[in-house]
Amino acid sequence: MIMRNSLKLVHSPFYRSLTRNMVVTINLISLLPFLIVTGVILYQFQASYREKVYAHLAEVVRKHKQNIDTFLKEKLADIRFLSGTFGMEILGNEAILQQHFVQLQRDFGPVFVDLGVIDEHGRQLAYSGPFKLERAHYHEADWFKKAIASDHFISDVFLGLRGLPHFIVAVTRQEPTGRWLLRATIDFMAFNRLVENIRIGETGFAFILNKNGEFQTQPIYDFAPQKGCYGAYFDCSLPHGEGVNIEERKDDEGKKSIYVTALLKDNDWLLVYRQQATDAYRDLYHTFWIVGGIFAVAGMTIFALTWTLSLRMVSRIALADKEKEMLNQQVIETGKLASVGELAAGIAHEINNPVAIMVEEAGWIEDLLDDEPFQQSSNLEEFKRALKQINTQGKRCKEITHKLLSFARKTDSRIQNLQVNHLISDVISLSAQRAKYSNVVLESNLDETLPLIEASQTEVQQVLLNLINNALDAMERQGGVLAVSSRQVDGRIELEIRDNGPGIPRSNLGRIFDPFFTTKGVGKGTGLGLSICYGIIKKMGGEIDVKSVVDHGTTFTIRLPA
Amino acid sequence: MALVNLLLVDDEVPFVATMTKRLTKRDLKVTSAYSGDEALNKLQEEPALEVVILDVKMPGMDGIETLKMIKQQAPLVEVIMLTGHATVESAIDGMKLGAFDYLMKPCDLDHLLTKVNEAARKKRQHEEKIVAARIREITARHA
Repeated sequence: MIMRNSLKLVHSPFYRSLTRNMVVTINLISLLPFLIVTGVILYQFQASYREKVYAHLAEVVRKHKQNIDTFLKEKLADIRFLSGTFGMEILGNEAILQQHFVQLQRDFGPVFVDLGVIDEHGRQLAYSGPFKLERAHYHEADWFKKAIASDHFISDVFLGLRGLPHFIVAVTRQEPTGRWLLRATIDFMAFNRLVENIRIGETGFAFILNKNGEFQTQPIYDFAPQKGCYGAYFDCSLPHGEGVNIEERKDDEGKKSIYVTALLKDNDWLLVYRQQATDAYRDLYHTFWIVGGIFAVAGMTIFALTWTLSLRMVSRIALADKEKEMLNQQVIETGKLASVGELAAGIAHEINNPVAIMVEEAGWIEDLLDDEPFQQSSNLEEFKRALKQINTQGKRCKEITHKLLSFARKTDSRIQNLQVNHLISDVISLSAQRAKYSNVVLESNLDETLPLIEASQTEVQQVLLNLINNALDAMERQGGVLAVSSRQVDGRIELEIRDNGPGIPRSNLGRIFDPFFTTKGVGKGTGLGLSICYGIIKKMGGEIDVKSVVDHGTTFTIRLPA
Repeated sequence: MALVNLLLVDDEVPFVATMTKRLTKRDLKVTSAYSGDEALNKLQEEPALEVVILDVKMPGMDGIETLKMIKQQAPLVEVIMLTGHATVESAIDGMKLGAFDYLMKPCDLDHLLTKVNEAARKKRQHEEKIVAARIREITARHA
């Protein structure tokens, strides 16, 4: 009952705000430093990890840029060597050209698709390759115009006459007979492989764009780059350096991505490496998840723990407060009783003196009535009767005051030699009237050979009276039998107070000796009776225990040292 | 000669007055005192006093204090304590200090007379013993 009350108390605004304050304070104090430290460490870790990823990507892109540039230069050098060594006359012979083409394919694999010799008017003088392009005219072709005007030329990727993506490496020679150029077509697939190989993580891939934002390689994922300078992957307003640029921004799907760019082929092309940030920072995010998970679990644990602890603590406090309040009330009640008792004693004593005087005066008159002159009075008998009445009423006053005084008498806790049986008989006779009203039969079975014990009479009386009153309270409704017995067991005195009332539920049995534990309604019981009994018996070096079966009754057993 | 030579000590003047009249009528010689100090003075003035009736609760020197002084001053005089119920314990203390008995107020006059007579007899017996002892002492010296 008390426990339930205290839980109810916890829900009052005061204790609720107390709980809340405790929870908030403890959580702040414990979680805030944890949060700050974790945040700082994670930030530093993230910064250094990003640096590492950037460095790695930059290195990869730089290496590939070099590879591609070297590839292009090599091819150019091969063609340059061929055209410089043999001249237009020899290479213009298709049979010889075929011979050199086979030689090239043998040396470098199928990178070279075909070879062609073209005069300054765009006519193809000789051709060697899988396509039927002999006598083709290129004077309208864009690449031809650029190539014939410069020493050497590497074209963008285009479809051309054959209708397949390819690009051309051409070297122009000036001979007395006129300008001519040797042209080779580079296998698009072979070139593409150079870039395709750049695969990091799940989303990292590379591609090459020309200045107009057109693909020069086949990207793994199909997407359309923006129009504009290098497909807007490179800020053309910046000076075109040799280095590698790294930036992070949203890609066309709205995901944050890392872009690594490097210029190729004398700034004609741009190598772009793209990877989604989540992919690039996978390990970092993985760490973030772990840390976050630990933080969440720890946070929730701390929160749950502080919550339950605070709740328990506050309910303790509430209980203590309630006990204190009850104790205060108890003290006030006791104080009131004591002052009433003192007042009663004082009044009784003060009344005794005047009553004594009145009785003595009446006695004096009685004495005087024995004298001669009064013997003849006709009212003599009446006088005597009146005086006797005064005497009787005086005695009645005396009895009343003496009862009042004995009520107010201080409890006597002096240790003396006692016969417990006498105390039991006294208490039983005191309770007899009440038992009769409750329809309870009182039985006593006393061992007449009990030795005396050293104890305070009032304390032992209090214990017996408490236990008997409790039993009578329990049996108040349906009546029953209350048996008190005394006997000697192993040199100790054993008292048993047994009733056949409703019994004590098992859940309450462990707490009945706790102070303030009561099953009686508010204001009916203090919950102190049994705890006082317990205290008294323990002080005497004895034991008290209880056995109870619901619906069959309760037995209290007290063992006292003889 | 009076039956008993008695000193009555109580701060309640009307009580003392009435008791004095009643006891005098019963052939007792009653001297009255209204405080402990006065009682001690009266005892010194009249060595013939045999029994003292002493109220326990008095202003100033209370009954117990007075009893101690009486027993110092005149060890043979017997003292009967008179008390209200609240001071039964102090009456018992008084008995331990050598009071003859105690009575509760208001008390029955016959009961009181019996006690007084018993006290007086005891005192006389004590005196006789002392006298006899003295005679023996004197005769022994002569022998």
